Amino acid sequence: MALLKAGGRWSSSVCDTEVIVVKGPENEVSLTCGGVEMVEAGGDPVSGELDDSGDGTQLGKRYVDEEDTIEVLCTKPGSGSLGVDGNALELKDAKPLPASD
Amino acid sequence: MLLEMAAGGFGDRIAVGSLDDGLTVKQIFEKSGAAAKRFRDSNVENVAMIDITSPALPICLFGASWAGLPFVPLNYRLNNQEIDVLLERISPSIALMQTETQERISLTSNTHAITRDDLLGVIEMEEMPTDWNMDGEDTAILLFTSGTTGEPKAAVLRQRHLVSYILGSVEFMSAGEEEAALISVPPYHIAGIAATLSNLYAGRRVVQLPEFDAKKWVDLVRSESITSAMVVPTMLSRVVDHLLSEGSDSAGLPTLRAISYGGGKMPQPTIEAALELLPNTNFVNAYGLTETSSTVSLLGPEEHREAFASDDEQVRRRISSVGKPLPSIEVSIRDENGSELSPNESGEIWVRGEQVSGEYKGMEITLTEEGWFPTNDGGWLDGEGYLFVTGRIDDVIVKGGQNISPGEIEEVLLRHPSVADAAAIGVPDQQWGEKIAAAVVLHTGTEVDEKELKDSVKNVLRSNRTPDEIVFLNELPYNETGKLLRRVLKENLVDLGDGSTV
Repeated sequence: MALLKAGGRWSSSVCDTEVIVVKGPENEVSLTCGGVEMVEAGGDPVSGELDDSGDGTQLGKRYVDEEDTIEVLCTKPGSGSLGVDGNALELKDAKPLPASD
Repeated sequence: MLLEMAAGGFGDRIAVGSLDDGLTVKQIFEKSGAAAKRFRDSNVENVAMIDITSPALPICLFGASWAGLPFVPLNYRLNNQEIDVLLERISPSIALMQTETQERISLTSNTHAITRDDLLGVIEMEEMPTDWNMDGEDTAILLFTSGTTGEPKAAVLRQRHLVSYILGSVEFMSAGEEEAALISVPPYHIAGIAATLSNLYAGRRVVQLPEFDAKKWVDLVRSESITSAMVVPTMLSRVVDHLLSEGSDSAGLPTLRAISYGGGKMPQPTIEAALELLPNTNFVNAYGLTETSSTVSLLGPEEHREAFASDDEQVRRRISSVGKPLPSIEVSIRDENGSELSPNESGEIWVRGEQVSGEYKGMEITLTEEGWFPTNDGGWLDGEGYLFVTGRIDDVIVKGGQNISPGEIEEVLLRHPSVADAAAIGVPDQQWGEKIAAAVVLHTGTEVDEKELKDSVKNVLRSNRTPDEIVFLNELPYNETGKLLRRVLKENLVDLGDGSTV
């Protein structure tokens, strides 16, 4: 369990996935990738077995929970899929703004 | 982080330059790494750039971030003495500049000069450091603002501000492979920095035009198949003139899907002419400040068209608005005491969001306790949430205790068919404190008398908005990024007043 602060960077313990938190919930949650707890970037990985039954993560895509309390951006892709407190995070539909610069 | 992602996602795309000889994203990544090593080995505190825009810009920008050092683009048009003073303030530094610049300023041992060729070529041999500096609190950019009084202030933008801006406004790799953006704003303008970052993150090739010229701009759009471009109002007005001068044989700009404009008030006749000349181009009006990491509010293409086509004055006037705030930004209109005002009431524009810095080097942070940044821009929101910017609060004319925004007078004057440009300025007046002087530039070959112009304002606005004096000039003073130099104009017009107040 950890508090996910906006701007925080997290790495998968079992695959190459890395994410940055765009929006974090107010309370502590358990952020997982491939079914295993993620760790703060640079931290020691937690041991566990990779569950790669999902679609994995895609570079540059945003992932959200159903209640829209959390949003992370994938900065490095991997074969594990993301989850929070046991629920899978879903790929967020991109609604790009018109380019302004 | 942004460059690392881009290199991982689409390293073989051209990031900057022509399709045949431009630099790929991967090359920018490698050169930035080598530059980072050079910057670190120089034991400096800042990485400066006193040069026109070139492929060295992204390398300096990303290399500095990689090394954990602030990037400080300086205005290369400043005179020798001004550059010396700024270099002193950021010393010790490594500074990108050509040999002509090195010869004209007094380089001290605290400034290590490096040329464009050095940065682009020689350092290819150096090895990359493997550790990206990732601290969001690191200063990414120091930008000296074109202050009107005293020493220029250095706005501080931290990594977290820029990353928030990009993540909040750009979708990764959202650009098609054929897309290309033309950048003609200089590196020391926040829009020049923002464009470098956002186009790279979107995967869009960038073509740089170092010193704006309407013909070169139009030629580049055609030869490089440019799909989008960012311009300041004076640039668009010159592009419109150039296209008009090509007459009915004009090839138009068929590849250009989008133009975004900002950095000053767009005269309504210019944007209306542009919409007519380029019916297939989408227009985006962006409003932002250095201190807010560029854009905070924008008027999109659909909103332009809707406003342009509408008979409803409430909708039509939105063409002169800056649209609605970005989803990641809040806007609030406040009175002098900081109390929030209702829609349609004019006050100071306050903004809040992760990308908003409001910080200047060596000064107390200007954000309120709740994180709001008072912009010093006047404006109001309409009932639908569209933001209208009336101008700097410092420029407001106070006549007989009434606050009058120069913008509304200028807008009316500009609608007159003979008027090419106009500015309203407050000049000292014994009876009213200030009175309104309007400086007007007429289209060549046209004539109009003072009374007709005064009446044109009187017919539209309240009578205290009518200019007391009208002066005809050949041109108004602008800086090179299209900002009207009101202070200079005011000094020139001060004789019109009676000098009783300051």
